[in-house]
Amino acid sequence: MALTTRRSRLSTALRYALLVAVALVFVFPIVFMVMSSLKPDLQLLRDTTSFNAFLPVGDISLDNYFAAFRRAPVALFVFNSILVTSITVAVSLFLCSMAAFSFVFLNWKGRDVVLAAVIATLIVPFETIAIPLLLVVNNLPWIGPNGLTTGWLNTYHVQIVPWIADALTIFLFVQYFKDLPKDLVEAARIDGATWFQVYARVIVPISGPVIATAAILKFLAMYNQYLWPLMVTQSEAFRPVMVGLQYFFQLNVAWGEVMAYLSLITLPVLVFYLALQRAFIASIASTGIKG
Amino acid sequence: MSAKSTSKLQKHTLAGWLMATPAVGLITLFLVVPFLLAFVLSFTNQRLVSPNPTQFVGLSNFEQLLGVGTLMLEPERDDAGAIVRDARGEPEYPRVRDYTRNNPDYLQLSGMRELAAMSWGENRLVFLARDVVFIKAVLNTLAFVAVVAPVQAGLALLLALLINQKLRGINVFRTIYFMPVVVSIVVVSLLWRFIYAGQSGLLNTLLGFLTLGNFQPVDWLGNPATALWSILAMSVWQGVGFHMVIWLSGLQTIPESLYEAADIEGATGWQKFRYVTWPGLRNTAVLILIVITMQAFSLFSQIDVMTKGGPVDSTQSIVFQAVQRGYVQQDIASGSAISVLLFLIVLTISLLQRWLTRERN
Amino acid sequence: MKLAFFGTLGLTTALSTGVMAQTELSMWYHGAGNPAEREVLVGIIDDFNASQSDWVVRLQEFPQAAYNDSVTAAALAGNLPDILDVDGPNMPNWAWSGYMQPLQLSEDAIANFLPGAIGRWQGELYSIGLWDAAVAIFARRSVLEENGIRVPTLDEPWTGDEFNAALDTLKATGDFDYPLDLGMADQSEWYPYAFSPFLQSFGGDLIDRETYTSADGVLNGDAALEFGDWWQGLFQNDLAPGTSQDMAARETGFLDGRYALQWNGNWTALPAIEKYGDDMLFLPAPDFGNGPKIGAASWQFGVSANSDHPDGATAFIEFAIQDKYLAAFSNATGLIPATSTAAALTENYKPGGQLEVFYELSAQQGELRPVTPGYIVMSPLFRKALADIANGADPADALDAATDAIDADIARNNNYGF
Repeated sequence: MALTTRRSRLSTALRYALLVAVALVFVFPIVFMVMSSLKPDLQLLRDTTSFNAFLPVGDISLDNYFAAFRRAPVALFVFNSILVTSITVAVSLFLCSMAAFSFVFLNWKGRDVVLAAVIATLIVPFETIAIPLLLVVNNLPWIGPNGLTTGWLNTYHVQIVPWIADALTIFLFVQYFKDLPKDLVEAARIDGATWFQVYARVIVPISGPVIATAAILKFLAMYNQYLWPLMVTQSEAFRPVMVGLQYFFQLNVAWGEVMAYLSLITLPVLVFYLALQRAFIASIASTGIKG
Repeated sequence: MSAKSTSKLQKHTLAGWLMATPAVGLITLFLVVPFLLAFVLSFTNQRLVSPNPTQFVGLSNFEQLLGVGTLMLEPERDDAGAIVRDARGEPEYPRVRDYTRNNPDYLQLSGMRELAAMSWGENRLVFLARDVVFIKAVLNTLAFVAVVAPVQAGLALLLALLINQKLRGINVFRTIYFMPVVVSIVVVSLLWRFIYAGQSGLLNTLLGFLTLGNFQPVDWLGNPATALWSILAMSVWQGVGFHMVIWLSGLQTIPESLYEAADIEGATGWQKFRYVTWPGLRNTAVLILIVITMQAFSLFSQIDVMTKGGPVDSTQSIVFQAVQRGYVQQDIASGSAISVLLFLIVLTISLLQRWLTRERN
Repeated sequence: MKLAFFGTLGLTTALSTGVMAQTELSMWYHGAGNPAEREVLVGIIDDFNASQSDWVVRLQEFPQAAYNDSVTAAALAGNLPDILDVDGPNMPNWAWSGYMQPLQLSEDAIANFLPGAIGRWQGELYSIGLWDAAVAIFARRSVLEENGIRVPTLDEPWTGDEFNAALDTLKATGDFDYPLDLGMADQSEWYPYAFSPFLQSFGGDLIDRETYTSADGVLNGDAALEFGDWWQGLFQNDLAPGTSQDMAARETGFLDGRYALQWNGNWTALPAIEKYGDDMLFLPAPDFGNGPKIGAASWQFGVSANSDHPDGATAFIEFAIQDKYLAAFSNATGLIPATSTAAALTENYKPGGQLEVFYELSAQQGELRPVTPGYIVMSPLFRKALADIANGADPADALDAATDAIDADIARNNNYGF
């Protein structure tokens, strides 16, 4: 008995040792980023040649953060990014999961062909169609406070609408739905539920894990947008965080401020992930379903 | 992708279309239409903005990108007919550029450059390409994908298994492992330039410390032999948490009762993985393999921030070249032709993947 | 401007002029994130807006690294402002593509300007700069004297042989990581700006400036091959750090004494003076046979082709090129004021000022990068060729590749109107 306890303690210790070792690999560049944000430029650069890079040593202060706020409207950029990102994520989860529901649970003409075509669009990297897309949105109409207008440049919606639907999100939902028990759907249909009701009341409530996964992935993709907002927003009022990063790359790069800015803009994403993770684990604990 | 459980007799075409149309319509308008536009452009000589008229040029953009040829070089001989050798005793050959530049006898090779060469008896067989940079970009991208897909998927699964344990504080590790994903790839590339720096970068410092100073500093990004693999290692580091999360969501749909049953049967850890875990991850595995492959083919930001395709084309990638030509050099026709070729390459590979991972009944 | 394929896009954003007496002029500038420049520019705009009652200039700033891409996208979408600024060598492309219209300034207004600050294309003035920049060899008098190396002057620069010998001497001391720092990690416009003058001093060039229709025999001719071999030697013989130089080293290496010489711009001169004081020297480029040369032309102002109010835009630019504003910009940024009369008003460029030497460098050695719309294609190709040669590629092959690509581009664009 005593032997097994000792052995299991030893194995627990080994497990933690492994977890910590792996954690160090993942965290060291981020520690470098945060520590560097506290140092003056020259010291920061000199420290990169030694372990001081990871330590809060030398002339430590929050000066870089204050300087970053003076150099660029950081709060505006973060606000823009969070606004654009959260609207996109919310609408995207709804439309993409509904489409995936249709692809998996409904039987309709042309379904398999359309799904194959949607998944094929995963192949097209955005960079390769950026310019044609610019030409498309520049000729689209929009109805807003100013009535009917043509051309979407310099708006929030030009940063949102083209990104709502994407094949990856649909694909994530499709693969998850395929593992769900089909009898749940059929039982609800026999009870007289409409397809939308089945989707909203039966399937969505047991899709916590995939919703959380899709949400965080979409959030990251949107929050880190660079080329597209650069092309479609000429006005500072609409600029997001990654375009804002360029404010810090002057002829003499202010590395300390860069690191401070990077630390700042990474924070909202981390908060979002932590919040989701909690919801994500709760949803698994509560359903415990599997077909 | 067919869901076989819904009755074959019942069709729900209206409801099906209604629920799928919003997302599918948006994808069509913002992805399919621009791609078709790019497809049309690839057969023209269109510039980004130019006062010259646009003309259809047929396949010439593709011919320019894909043109290849070979050249057999005989060693130089002196007046007596003996082979001229250099200081190391290697035979000397005439220069390739004497054949490919202003040589009326070899017009079909005009404008080509050396891609690779090999010995062919005492001769030298030279492979030529009209667009060496693009061909290298294709080869590099294929190598990148071939290594990244299995390595990253495998590591991600190991990590997912590691953090799927019931241990106190596991959420902390789950968060830490995911952190690189949270940081944008552009930011990560900037940080890793400090890590990979040649003379006294953080990685060289660390390796020197671990080997008690016996490690010779490596110029990770400056050496054609290591640059692509350094970028690859960083890409895996950044992206593996992403796929770990997808594996994890697959793992967590496997019911606990199956593991309990396996425990009662006295299954070993490996047996549990082989017969319970892995079959439960089938759909996840397909998803991950496809997603990693697609992402790897999109290799761009790391190259743009860290090496710009160098040193000596060792890190050129297809998308980097598409952007370089379409945007930087404002040759949208050629950039679009690269996009079309990329689409065809990836389509072929994913059809192959699907065939290989098809469900065998 | 005729956009054959995109011609239907039209001008979707014609400014709506309200009932206000003053007409709004939009202006784009590349200086976002640079508070010093912003302050001066906003000051000029405020002065201009207050000085008359016809026009109001509204500023929109962009970060420099994103500026050209933003302008290209905006031009594609027909969405350009009235006034924009343009990096000198890009101007011919923007003029040819129809982003810009000629600037209606009198010749008298720009008579006293440094050649590098004047942007002409096809005989017409399109842009005018408030400043120029210059590069020099940063060096310390004490280091040169200790090693018996002659201190070169503007009238008598180092010859190529002298320069090479100096590098070997400095390397042999063993006191330095490298005798020379070129800034090879900065893979941007720095390459053609800083390094193509070396090629020109050897007798080569990016393109045949007689015809502007081919680079063959110029970028890959005998002189260029000689340059290529010299260039490769710098890196093969460990005389200069290569493309993977640490970012930290570029910024601190010379100041920490790890590099003996540094090829750098006047915008980094002040920290060097602060560090080395009177010991600090800014030396002219070496003469490799065809005269000592450095790059010229920096950011300049012009009027966009879309502008409905070129008279207002021109009025602003004419207002902005007064000596007092040139001096204010120079004091804020360390750049070279575009006129000698403005230089006299500045802290650093007045007679006896710490950076006075740069004004003469710019005036005497400044050489424009090729004045052609095709320059935007040459620039990345030249950069790639130089990076490849530094990394061991065969110089002749690398220069051939760049030559072929440049010639193909020119042919595909109907010779860019030449």
